[in-house]
Amino acid sequence: MGVLKMAEEEFEGFVSGHNACAGCGAAIAMRHITKAVGKNAIVSLATGCMEVTSTVYPMTAWNLPVIHSAFENAAATASGIEAALKHQGRKEKVIAIAGDGGTFDIGIQALSGMVERKHDVLFICYDNEGYMNTGVQRSGSTPQHADTTTSPYGKAIHGKVEWKKSMPFIIASHGCYVATANIAYLNDLYAKIKKAMAIKGPKYLQIYAPCVIGWGIPTNETIILSRLAVQTGVYPVYEIENGIVKLSMDAKSRPVSDYLGRQKRFKHLTEQEIKEIQQHVDLEYEKIKKLSETGIRVF
Amino acid sequence: MKEENKKKELVECSQAIANAARQCKPAVISAYPITPQTHIVERLAEMVSNGELNSEFIDVESEHSALSACIGASATGARTFTASSSQGIALMHEMLFIASGMRLPIVMAVANRAMSAPINIWNDHSDTMAERDSGWLQFYCENSQEAYDTTIMSYMISESNDVMLPSMVCVDGFTLSHLWEPVEFLTDGEVAKFLLSFSPKFKLDASSPKTFGALAFPNAYMEFKKQQHDAMLDSIRVIKKVNSDFMKKFGRGYGDGLIETYKMEGAKTALIAMGSVCSTSRTVIDKLRKQGKKVGLIKIKAFRPFPIEELRKMTNGLGGIAVIDRAISLGSYGPLFTESKSAVPDLKMNNFIMGLGGRDVNEEMIEGVIKKIGQKSEVEWVF
Repeated sequence: MGVLKMAEEEFEGFVSGHNACAGCGAAIAMRHITKAVGKNAIVSLATGCMEVTSTVYPMTAWNLPVIHSAFENAAATASGIEAALKHQGRKEKVIAIAGDGGTFDIGIQALSGMVERKHDVLFICYDNEGYMNTGVQRSGSTPQHADTTTSPYGKAIHGKVEWKKSMPFIIASHGCYVATANIAYLNDLYAKIKKAMAIKGPKYLQIYAPCVIGWGIPTNETIILSRLAVQTGVYPVYEIENGIVKLSMDAKSRPVSDYLGRQKRFKHLTEQEIKEIQQHVDLEYEKIKKLSETGIRVF
Repeated sequence: MKEENKKKELVECSQAIANAARQCKPAVISAYPITPQTHIVERLAEMVSNGELNSEFIDVESEHSALSACIGASATGARTFTASSSQGIALMHEMLFIASGMRLPIVMAVANRAMSAPINIWNDHSDTMAERDSGWLQFYCENSQEAYDTTIMSYMISESNDVMLPSMVCVDGFTLSHLWEPVEFLTDGEVAKFLLSFSPKFKLDASSPKTFGALAFPNAYMEFKKQQHDAMLDSIRVIKKVNSDFMKKFGRGYGDGLIETYKMEGAKTALIAMGSVCSTSRTVIDKLRKQGKKVGLIKIKAFRPFPIEELRKMTNGLGGIAVIDRAISLGSYGPLFTESKSAVPDLKMNNFIMGLGGRDVNEEMIEGVIKKIGQKSEVEWVF
């Protein structure tokens, strides 16, 4: 199915009127997630950007039933919804949506529990690499050297010290369908959601979602940057199905500096630090590519 | 009622609560192990495994998730049940407010247990007292029969359109939760007739999308809280009605549903207490009454909503009161004393902090406390 065809899908689950920032990558992701998921679904939403901007009482940007209960428990709330639907013999699908804080950090326990118990839920993380809703703080998903308000660039320490947590592999270790996706590649995004929806049991989808405020990019560069994240190999797009890693597109063809240079959060980087990042990205990308080429079952 | 059904069965209190939960047919049960609550959910898990109970049993990875799953299920229109104690209740703390704020009539059994540190698995009321303001109805039970009946009544009360708030059914950990005593069960049919199926006005439903758990700005938040408070106050009427209906149908009731008295006729002084210590108090009062001492017992069954008006009426004309607290608000008084004193400020009350962390509260201690009614010191620890 081509992208134009998908855009023609009439259903809009996440509509205008929300007050997310201009150029918000996560808001674009929400629109397409809900279009791909369709009408017959219930959403469990974690506290975060997409919740506070879309459900300001008495308004809502959702044309789907949505429940927000707390930050760390979108997966646990979704587990309860799924169990209730099962008991009632209802056929609605259950989607849990959280940011990277609600997934990598505070939400990892509930997510692990949901996946381990094999609830029939699609968990979607919109990954904007930090606590953007509370004013750009460091999360387990923030990449190394990024400047955030709690990992600031200083004379002694140059931004975040650690590398990004490998969440897709952690979830894949539980034994479920895992995929990463990107709002610049909608064909791939729609195909993965459709595939995930057809699988019974837990599914994990991690969508790259630039934050114009937190990353310091112009509002009209969200998609440009999203494309660069794939083309530089910084955020590879792949899936893990039946324990086998498969690179969705082998598009790495540019240096990381093309990606880093466009963002204020990386403007302090030294040449040495850029080199370190390049080496890390090369290693990580090679790992996924090699796994993909050999096709061995690793999870 | 068939005659054979009137027969009492010897059961552990936890089993009685589990049987009540089974008869209320929760669609979803979600719980995490913690002593001394575990016997309740173990029994329920066994029933589900044996096909005696058609519920989805979610073995969650924490109490936080236990209540989160109940919230998700309840919002989907399912009747839910959970149980916990102590640290488990504390881990749920955040979700307790969210369950009541979203007006979800979840029922939770609590085997009351002391709070760490130092870690202690035995009974006092500090776990649920710390959740006084979470918007849950709280019922404290004296014995297994009351725990069984209260579990069933709690669903009736919580799910009433005028209430729509969650309930805690509290039993003293070990002292009551693990106690074996005869309980008279209702038949499944009787419970089914008394407690109709759960069908909330609003639920998560793809054919009629609604947003639950919205963000309320300062212009709206207070109205939500006022509505919750009003529902809590309205629940007083509902509790009384459910208690009297239960009494009419099954011959058992607990005072007016909120507050129960014992030998208060002509009483000059009284004890105020909650939970299993009330049974010991009855024995002491019997003894003192025989000696001609005019003392009675006021048992607070509903701590939330707190029966302010009812307590005022009951204490009218008394000369003094001893309030037994199995919890302490460090730096202040016992919470039951604070509530009672603020309801009846002009009455002389003495507060006795007793039975923390499973310390025994025996007849001699209670007798000693009654003797101290009217003493100068307002609060005293009885070790």
